Amino acid sequence: MIVARREAWTGRLLLIGLMAVTIMPFLSLFVTALHPARTFPAGLDWPDRPHWGNFIDAFRAAHMGELLISSTLIVLGVVPVSLLLATMAGFALGHLRMAGRRLVFLTFVLGLTLPFEGIITPLYYQVRDMGLLNTRWAIIVPLIGLFMPFSVFWMRAHFVNMPKELSEGARIDGANIWQLFWRIHVPLATPAISSLAILLFLWTWNQFLLAIVLVDDPAKRTMAGALGAFQGQWGTDIPLLCAGSLLILTPTLVIFLIFQRRFVSALLQGSLKG
Amino acid sequence: MARPTPGRATGPSRARSGAGLRTRVWVGWLFVLPALAVYGAIVGRSLFLTFEYSLYRWDGIGPSTWVGLGNYSKVFTDPDLFGAIANAFKLIVFFSAIPVVLGLAIAATIRRIATSRLALVARTVLFLPQVIPLVAAGIAWSWLLASTGLVNQLLSHLGLGHVSRAWLGDVGTALPAVGVIGAWVLLGLCMLLFLAGMSKIDPALYEAARIDGAGPLREFVSITMPSLRQEIGVCVTVTVIAALASFDIIYISTQGGPANATMVPGLEIYYLAFSERQVGVASALAVVLMLLVVVCVLPIQWLTKEDSS
Repeated sequence: MIVARREAWTGRLLLIGLMAVTIMPFLSLFVTALHPARTFPAGLDWPDRPHWGNFIDAFRAAHMGELLISSTLIVLGVVPVSLLLATMAGFALGHLRMAGRRLVFLTFVLGLTLPFEGIITPLYYQVRDMGLLNTRWAIIVPLIGLFMPFSVFWMRAHFVNMPKELSEGARIDGANIWQLFWRIHVPLATPAISSLAILLFLWTWNQFLLAIVLVDDPAKRTMAGALGAFQGQWGTDIPLLCAGSLLILTPTLVIFLIFQRRFVSALLQGSLKG
Repeated sequence: MARPTPGRATGPSRARSGAGLRTRVWVGWLFVLPALAVYGAIVGRSLFLTFEYSLYRWDGIGPSTWVGLGNYSKVFTDPDLFGAIANAFKLIVFFSAIPVVLGLAIAATIRRIATSRLALVARTVLFLPQVIPLVAAGIAWSWLLASTGLVNQLLSHLGLGHVSRAWLGDVGTALPAVGVIGAWVLLGLCMLLFLAGMSKIDPALYEAARIDGAGPLREFVSITMPSLRQEIGVCVTVTVIAALASFDIIYISTQGGPANATMVPGLEIYYLAFSERQVGVASALAVVLMLLVVVCVLPIQWLTKEDSS
């Protein structure tokens, strides 16, 4: 009993310590953001008079309004199409089980480990030749392809567990395969699809490499890409940079806090499956 | 956008005359085709092109010259390029070893209070690094590790002021400092994955072990570790890929400096291809990087999947 209690206490202390370490960088950003612009505050010193105005300045300097719209447009370009294609492919690979599916699946699995840096160079030249450089399409089109292995993998894992009888029953009722897919399987797959949607949203929103390589104008980038430009421009003004960073990470944070449960289970499952 | 046209699959002869199964093979392919086409056109084509570029000397604008495997020999002989690959492997210590070992230790310690309210709050908090852009983590940590940052402030409070320095600006400490940022990002994820895995272990096993007089360490080695085989495999895989293919954090915090101390393949590819205009060498390095990732990940998968099948 005593051992168990001591363990529980060490556990609690450890957890609190770990949480403190996790939060510290955010706290430091926040406190620093409240100092007068262009100063070099030391560590975690609370300013004499908090400069809340820094957040407004950073909002303007970073063109946050435009950025939010831009990131949203990119997400809207990437996520629905990826979901549709991946659900169809996952349905075929996991449920229809047509001949040759193993080879197709293997092709997708091989793409799971692909570092984006590996193909960024040819992506640049292809996007340039299509005349899409410096447009949002330059991020949207490659991301749909790059996310495809994981998305298909994820959806297949769902459809593999769907009982065959489900489809057989519907077939007897005279539904063709297209109706079967839309009326029965898509509604049943909603939890898997929405978790995938969360992951894709997050990865698109936070995408950095494609944004800095393929789009010069920060206003047409993702949030993360714009933060890179913001750092380049305001890197010497530490309080403003900190305020800007906080603003830029707020949207995902808010969405995370609203959908926490979904997020946590999606991310845990996501890495387990990946 | 990519609705497959049903015309071909249900073409008169095949669909009506063939058995149901035959139709379904075709239909199955039609369902896969859009995804496969997009994947092939974007990723497959780029993979092929990366390999093709790697065999030429090309500045991205003018004509290109065939150099065979010349770019590859440069990757392995040029100290800067090879150094970048070596750095990526050193980062594995921070990105993988620390989160996995520490994550296991912490998860094992808090296993008993895994359902308490504190642990539920911790679940949310520890996930924050996964949710924010890595770039933001890089900025926050650059500031923490700066010469006037919190880390040095804490050190001087502890009477260790003499070791304080600009951690990311010192050739000796820059790589470990970048590694610490990666460890911060990945520790929470690993810990929570382990904790989730531990919740599936039958508690009776632990009780039996206690009755047999096993201490916490013995418990950990004999029960926890073997049961978490799959989770450990996942964490090692994810974190090794994160280490070898790191980019965002380093781009933001050190840009590969000081004196190439934190240069990694991902960043080197970016510089070579887009500032130094050595597309061939960049592509050769890219091919090497992709192969390295596969070579490192496959054994981990085999080792950790063995038991479950």
